[in-house]
Amino acid sequence: MDMKIPNPVRPAFTTPQRDDTVIVNIGPSHPATHGTIQIIAELDGEKILRTDVHCGYLHRGFEKECEDHTWHNLIPYVDRLNYCSALINDFAYCDAVEQMMGVEITPRTKYLRTLLAEYSRLADHLTCIAATLMELGAMTAFLYLVMIRDYIYEHIADLTGARVTYSFGRIGGLARDLPDGWLKRLEQILTQYEEFIGRVHGLVDRNRIFIDRTRDVGVLTTADAIHWGYTGPILRSTGAARDLRKDTPYLAYAELDFEVPVGIKGDNYDRYYVRMREMDESVHMIRQLIDMLPAGPINVDDRRCTLPPKPLVYGEIESLINHFKLIMDGPRVPAGEIYVAHEGANGELGFFLVSDGSGTPYKVHVRSPSFVHMGGAHKMLDGYQLADLIPTFGSINMIGGECDR
Amino acid sequence: MATPIFESIQSQLGSLATASSVSHGTLVVEIAPAALSGLVQTLKSACKFDMLLDVTAIDWPGRQPRFDVVWHFYSTTHRVRVRVKARVPESDPVVDSLTQHYGSAAFQERECHEMYGIRFNGNADLRPLLLYEGFVGYPLRKDYPKLGEQPLVPYREGFDIADRAGV
Repeated sequence: MDMKIPNPVRPAFTTPQRDDTVIVNIGPSHPATHGTIQIIAELDGEKILRTDVHCGYLHRGFEKECEDHTWHNLIPYVDRLNYCSALINDFAYCDAVEQMMGVEITPRTKYLRTLLAEYSRLADHLTCIAATLMELGAMTAFLYLVMIRDYIYEHIADLTGARVTYSFGRIGGLARDLPDGWLKRLEQILTQYEEFIGRVHGLVDRNRIFIDRTRDVGVLTTADAIHWGYTGPILRSTGAARDLRKDTPYLAYAELDFEVPVGIKGDNYDRYYVRMREMDESVHMIRQLIDMLPAGPINVDDRRCTLPPKPLVYGEIESLINHFKLIMDGPRVPAGEIYVAHEGANGELGFFLVSDGSGTPYKVHVRSPSFVHMGGAHKMLDGYQLADLIPTFGSINMIGGECDR
Repeated sequence: MATPIFESIQSQLGSLATASSVSHGTLVVEIAPAALSGLVQTLKSACKFDMLLDVTAIDWPGRQPRFDVVWHFYSTTHRVRVRVKARVPESDPVVDSLTQHYGSAAFQERECHEMYGIRFNGNADLRPLLLYEGFVGYPLRKDYPKLGEQPLVPYREGFDIADRAGV
């Protein structure tokens, strides 16, 4: 093939600032960057002088596609934003639509969503830490963490039928209730988590190699973090106790006892440790939620969004029409705009929805933490060694699905 | 819930806003595009909105002016959000850039520019970000076709997109 493929990006700089520096291209499919990201860097020896970060290689027109489907049909799409913790996306989206419709979810769904959101956060942090450690060569810790994550995936598959993208949220409820014995297995997994997380602490926390690669590397100050829009574990690692679960409580978070762990320096080590501590807090929350979980229905009894029971659909014309209209036209959402944000595993996950009163969204915009974090990534890369790019990029935890949409 | 804070913010913004209301727990402020810089300075220094969360636009074809440019701000002090909206016409879709106030504006304005064609006066770097260099048109405008495709790498010979799309 002699076809010449045009360059999809125009670098911010093409000429070196000095005659002893060199400009290199890293990515978009480099083995050291998990995720499709392209970094054009000017190097002085092995030191990074400046960087130009390009994302967009996973752009698939999510927001355009959303304007062509009913409100309910979007749930599988929002799953694919942050695919490490898809349930948090589901619940944030459903919450936004429910608030627009004035639907109040049932108590059981409220607690179940909180429980599943924390369970997803656990899986997401496990993935992030495991990948970061593996890239630094800590294979044992990687296998311990990914083993627990796989127990969680299999366990959520028992509930939802899928390992990664669950499509489990519903406007006004959830797809189904817990199967028998699910909570018993949950407690077993939490116990195993505690055993193995102890081993990871023992292997990593005071490990000379790990400390040398992460301490004082990729340092971010609180002022810089806020200026560049950082939220979630990265902002907390700088010492700011900002967490939407505490600051603007949603779901059942106001009733839970939990702490917001913060770091000291905002470096890679703090980002690792904040995530480790957040997982412990999530487990603490899940245990409280198991005890608080009330009995009752999971879907609201509201014919504007919930499908009527099947016997009625087959037995009476009103329910048949209701079912048909909900599937074909979608639930009608009152005209207006809303911005709803949940604390995603990476930071503030916001949905900005615009409705014109029909069953299809007029506009769906996602404020994704990864995208905003990429806009300030150069603050953590410039001035450090080229090899530091790997732990720093791992601790940012860029998720291509939500970054590029 | 946070009504007293909103009332004090509304009084501090004063005549900078053409309209303001509270919707779903968020203060919504509508402004003229020219008032943006002054309003953001007041928001950031006096009202302590230290974080720019989001920049996007809404396309209303047929309406004059056609676009709403939408900003979301968050205050880590008051723990509330403000949505600022400005209407710009299709013939001259320009607003001031907020990059000198908020670093996070840089990437978000690039995205809004490539998706809606809004120009941000003062943002020198409006290169494509999610799309590629040379992409024609603004895909999130309502008049951009939903099935429109512009492959950077040509499809293989004999491959017809129409077969796949069922049209």
